[in-house]
Amino acid sequence: MYIPHTDIERQQMLDVIGVKTLEELFRDVPEEYRNPNLNLPVGQSEMEVLDQMRLLAEANNSTDDLISFLGAGAYDHFVPSAVDMLLKRGDFFSAYTPYQPEISQGTLQAIFEYQTLISNLTGMEISNASHYDGATAAAETAITAYYHFKKKRKTVVVSPFIHPDYIQVLRTYLQAIEDIQILIPDVNSPDEFLDVTPNYLNDDTALLLFQYPDFLGNLYDYTTLIEQLHQAGGLAASIVYPQVLGIMKSPAAMDADFIVGEAQSLGLPLNFGGPYIGFFTTKKEFIRKISGRIVGETIDADNKRGYVLTLTAREQHIRREKATSNICTNQGLNALAVAIYLSLLGKTGMNDVSTICYQKAHYLATQISSLKGFSIVNKAPFFNEFVIECPLDAADVNKRMAGIGILAGFDLSQFDVNRKNQLLIAVTEKSTRESMDYYVNALQEVLNA
Amino acid sequence: METLGDRKYAKTDEWVKVEGKNGRIGISDYAQDQLSDIVFIEFLKEPGEQVNQGEIFATIESVKAAADVNSPISGTVKEINESLMDTPELLNSNPFDKAWMGVIELNDEKELESLMDAGEYDSFCESR
Repeated sequence: MYIPHTDIERQQMLDVIGVKTLEELFRDVPEEYRNPNLNLPVGQSEMEVLDQMRLLAEANNSTDDLISFLGAGAYDHFVPSAVDMLLKRGDFFSAYTPYQPEISQGTLQAIFEYQTLISNLTGMEISNASHYDGATAAAETAITAYYHFKKKRKTVVVSPFIHPDYIQVLRTYLQAIEDIQILIPDVNSPDEFLDVTPNYLNDDTALLLFQYPDFLGNLYDYTTLIEQLHQAGGLAASIVYPQVLGIMKSPAAMDADFIVGEAQSLGLPLNFGGPYIGFFTTKKEFIRKISGRIVGETIDADNKRGYVLTLTAREQHIRREKATSNICTNQGLNALAVAIYLSLLGKTGMNDVSTICYQKAHYLATQISSLKGFSIVNKAPFFNEFVIECPLDAADVNKRMAGIGILAGFDLSQFDVNRKNQLLIAVTEKSTRESMDYYVNALQEVLNA
Repeated sequence: METLGDRKYAKTDEWVKVEGKNGRIGISDYAQDQLSDIVFIEFLKEPGEQVNQGEIFATIESVKAAADVNSPISGTVKEINESLMDTPELLNSNPFDKAWMGVIELNDEKELESLMDAGEYDSFCESR
């Protein structure tokens, strides 16, 4: 164990606070708790520990070992080798948060490029330096809107068809703000949501939060709803799956005020659930209201181009207890991965990936819908994710498929008891024709069994 | 640093100048100097609204800090200086005149007694 303080230094510190010995310093801790017996196994060599860890790791099944049709917020897209290669350069990999611009130009420029790429992809004017994940980025839109309206509009209208976990995170984030209300229209279908929601919009509406495509994969045009929302004076926030933007209309074209989401699908592996990265974009008029940090380009005293953190005035390190956001940090390394991924793909590459995902998903949907007893639930157009109705419990299907190495999809009954036969299926460019045909045959056999 | 004698000052560095039954408010030269280049102002009150002495009237941001502007007096907001939203730098160059922030109809003139005059404010700033 490495302890940086020498005995002399420790004694000096004890002298300053006026106790003689270390034992005296800890006298308030009952004696039996001071050095408890931790009941640890005997020490092991590095070699033994590595063996043990390898055994534990091998007990996991990753998407490299399985055929996966799981999505529901985290997507198994191909990550070019160059992403990891560049990411692991020591200059980036071990860099601390760039508070000191004179020694952080590389990190700052990487974040600046990330912001530019995300702005281009979403079609929005402003991108911040990123958040922890898509759910926290979504929650920040509600807080931003609430303070934008100086706490005078108190209702956040939330589509029941956003990711259920995002609703949980939103509730957690907003519980500290007493008078803010989350209103989820009581509807049974996305169509009904579009019809009914205008009735909930009024002069107390701060924000309308929806997802595109929604959690069930549906693509709706929210232009009219956003128009009605703007007439009522509220702001619109769309959670977006970034891959969809390669071929589909961006909510920016529907006049959304915020576009946020999970950028894991842009260059990060599934990572067993994290770390991920939330992107957050908005219109220029809200630049001083948003949370997080922005990296700006400037010129130094010698007229050379340079980068600095800027516009962080809502954050706790400046506003202290009056901060309207307490997320000063960003996912620097993951933002770099996203920037490398988007740079590698470029405009046409992004378009290609999206097209392949779309086409493969529609191939699989067509194949499954031709099976007797199975049907596609989506009534609206979908991108790469859709819901199937099975002739038996989705949990059952999942179990049987897992037995032959297939992750069949996301069992929707986990969130909605009325959907116990429904599976949410995601297809990416990594899904091959063979793997999809294998899956369809396996479903057929489940039926025959 | 300049401190004008025709107005009163709060410990949180705002001034108020009495004009009939109204008070015109702003921030002191000391405050703008401490904040350095001011780049943004947001008003939290609108004309017609009530404000209490010590309540936040606006927030301002400089290149190095953010600060609340508290109203030095209670009353009804009559005007706010919206031109500052486009030219916040006036708060640095002309804090006592062009960069006035609001006009408030006084609820209670006695409140003015709780504020400092120019001399007291100067000593207060020196002691910080």
